[in-house]
Amino acid sequence: MAAIIELENLSKHYSPTIIGVDDVSLTVEDGEFVTLLGPSGCGKSTLLRMIGGFEAPTHGSIRLAGKDVTWDPPYKREVNMVFQDYALFPHMSVGENVGYGLKTLRLSKGEIATRVKDALSLVGLYDKVNQRPQQLSGGQRQRIALARAIVRRPKVLLLDEPLSALDAKLREQMQIELKHLHEKVGITFIMVTHDQTEALVMSDRVVVMESGRIAQEGRPQDLYDHPASPYVANFIGTTNFLPGTSGATQGRLTHVEAPGTTLRAELDAAPPPGREITIGFRPEKVRVLAETESAENTLSGRVAEVIYYGLGLRVAVELEGGARVFADSLLPDRLAQSVLPQIGQSMRLAVAPHNVFVFEGRVAP
Amino acid sequence: MNLLRRNLPGALVVGIPVLWILVFMLLPYGIIVTYSFWLKKYPTFLPAFQFGNYVTLFTDPQYLRVFLRTLKISLLVSAASFLLAYPFAYYLVFRCRSQALRTWLYMAVIAPLWVSYLLRAYIWKTILGTEGVLNSFLMWLRIIDEPSSLFLYNQFSMVVTLTYIFIPFMVMPIYTALEKIPVNLTEASADLGMSPWRSFWHVTLPLSLPGVAAGFTLTFCLSFGDFIAPFLVGGPDGNLVANVIATQFGAALNWPLGSALAIVMLIVVLSIVSVSDRLERKGLTGGT
Ligand SMILES: Nc1ncnc2c1ncn2[C@@H]1O[C@H](COP(=O)(O)OP(=O)(O)OP(=O)(O)O)[C@@H](O)[C@H]1O
Ligand SMILES: [Mg+2]
Repeated sequence: MAAIIELENLSKHYSPTIIGVDDVSLTVEDGEFVTLLGPSGCGKSTLLRMIGGFEAPTHGSIRLAGKDVTWDPPYKREVNMVFQDYALFPHMSVGENVGYGLKTLRLSKGEIATRVKDALSLVGLYDKVNQRPQQLSGGQRQRIALARAIVRRPKVLLLDEPLSALDAKLREQMQIELKHLHEKVGITFIMVTHDQTEALVMSDRVVVMESGRIAQEGRPQDLYDHPASPYVANFIGTTNFLPGTSGATQGRLTHVEAPGTTLRAELDAAPPPGREITIGFRPEKVRVLAETESAENTLSGRVAEVIYYGLGLRVAVELEGGARVFADSLLPDRLAQSVLPQIGQSMRLAVAPHNVFVFEGRVAP
Repeated sequence: MNLLRRNLPGALVVGIPVLWILVFMLLPYGIIVTYSFWLKKYPTFLPAFQFGNYVTLFTDPQYLRVFLRTLKISLLVSAASFLLAYPFAYYLVFRCRSQALRTWLYMAVIAPLWVSYLLRAYIWKTILGTEGVLNSFLMWLRIIDEPSSLFLYNQFSMVVTLTYIFIPFMVMPIYTALEKIPVNLTEASADLGMSPWRSFWHVTLPLSLPGVAAGFTLTFCLSFGDFIAPFLVGGPDGNLVANVIATQFGAALNWPLGSALAIVMLIVVLSIVSVSDRLERKGLTGGT
C-alpha cells in the first residue's frame, strides 16, 4: 500500500499561547479508514482543516499522494470534506448540491447527470434529487453531504464529526453505513470524532490526540489492549487505576505493590524495581470470586455501589487500601438478578496478570 | 361594567394604534383618493367622479417627463448605493479582522442617520457649490483655474446627495444578509473546487440577494418620494414628482391633479415593495 497523506511535524499555533496542533507526524495509507479521536479542544478539527486547506500550518508540511500541498488552497486539493453541520447550499436543490463540485471538472452535461445519479443512488436518496436540503431530515442531509463529497472521487475524504448531530439510534445505523460506503468506494477516509465507540467500530486505525499531539495510534484492538498511557487507557474504554510501586521481575511476570496487596503483571517491558508506577485494569476483565475460590492477583473490599445497566452489572468496590475500583459482569440470565450483590457485603476480585497495565509515574488521570 | 374594566387595558393597547392609523393614515388616503377624481374650477374644486386628472398625467408630456426623471434619479441612487455599499459590507463581514474596526466603520455609516436630514442635504450645497470645498480643492490642485458651476444644481448633484443620504439603508440590509451566511458554505464551495470568485458568484451573492432586494427597495422608494434634495441641490430641471405634487397643492392650486399624482406614486411604490417582499420571502425559505 502507498501512503496517500503524509504529515510531517505539522503544527498550528493560533497565537503564542493557543496551540491547536503541536508537531504531528502521521502517515495514512491509501484506502485506510483513520479516525482522529480525542476530547473537545484537543486539535482534531484543526488537523483535519489543515489537510483540507482551510487552515495554514505554522510549521511542517502536508503531502498528498506524494505531492507537497501544504500551501495549496482548498479548491486545488483532491480531498473533500463532509462538514459537521453538512454545509449544504440552501438555495440549491439536492441534485444541484451534489452536482456543484462537478462544475469545475469539465464534464459533459450527461456525465454530470450520471455521476449525480450514481452518488445519490449510493446513499439511497435519488428520489429526493429535486428537493431542497431544508425539506430533508438530519440523516438524509448527512447522506446528501456524503454524496456531494464523494461525487468528485477525491483521493481522501475528510469527515468532521459527521454523525454528532444525529440521534443515538440513527448514529449507530450510520456508523455501519459509513463503514460499508468506505468499503464500496475505496476512498481513504479520515474522520474526526470524540466518541470512542464510533472510533472503535468504524476505523482501521485510531489516532488518539491529547492537547494538540498524538498520544497513541494503532488498530482499535491494540489501543484497547495495550494503551500507552493512562490518558489513552481512560479515553478508550474505562480503566481502574491504583497507585503502585514496581517490584522484582521473574521471567515475564513483574511484581507490583498496590495499596493493601501485591499483584503480578505480565509485561513486555518491565520498569526497574522501586519505581513509582500507576497500575491499571479494565472493569470487564475483573472476575468476582466465589467465597471459597482462590486465584492469582486477588483484591478484597466491600461493595459500595451497584449499577445496573441492562446488559450487565457494574459493582463499585471499596478496597481495603481505600481505593475504589469497578468490576463489570454480564448477567447470565434473569434469575441471576435475585442474587445481586448487596451494598456493604465483602467481595473478592481477581484480575489475570496479562490484563494488568503498568504505566510509569503516578499520573492517574 | 366589570367586563369593560377587565378588558380596558387590552382595548386601549389595540385601540389607540388602530385609531391612530385610521385617523392619520387611512382617512387622509381616502381624502386624497376622493380629491383625485374632483374637478378643478378656479379658484376652488368641484366634487365629481371623472378620470380627467389621470388622463392629464398620462397625456401631458410634462408630467411624464418628471415621472421618468424621478424614476431615473431613484434608479441611479439605488445603483450607486449598491455599488458602494456591497463591497463595503462585504469587507466588514468577511475581510475585516478586527471586531473594533468593524463596529467603528459600521457606526460611521449609520451615524449620519442621527443628523437632521435637511442638514445633510445642505452640506452638499457647500461642498459642490462655486464657493464650495470641491472647487477650492481642485483649484488648489491647479486642476481648474476658476470655480466650476458644473457640480451643483443638476441631476449629478442630486444623485450624489441622495446616495449619501440613503446609503445606510443599503448597507444595513446587505450587512445583515452577508452576516447570516454561514462561513462553512463558502468553505464547502472552495472544498468542491470553486475559486474565491466563483464561490462568491455561486454562493455568497445569491444568498445575499434578499438583503440587496431590501436595500434597493428602501433606497429607491426613499429617493422616489424625495422632496428636499431637488429643492436644495437640484436646480431648474431637477424637479421630481414630489416637488410637482407640492406645487399642485401650493402655487398651482390644483389639488385634484396633485392628488392623482400622489396616488400614482403610491401605487408605484407599493408595487415595488410587494415585489421585493416576495423576493425576500423566497430567499428566506429558499423556495423554488
Ligand atoms: N480560529 C481559531 N482561533 C483561535 N483558536 C482556535 C481557533 N480554532 C480552534 N482554536 C483553538 O485550538 C484548539 C483546538 O481546537 P479544535 O477546534 O481543533 O478542537 P477539536 O478537537 O476539534 O474540539 P471539538 O471536539 O470541540 O470540536 C482549541 O483550544 C481551540 O480553542
Ligand atoms: Mg472540532
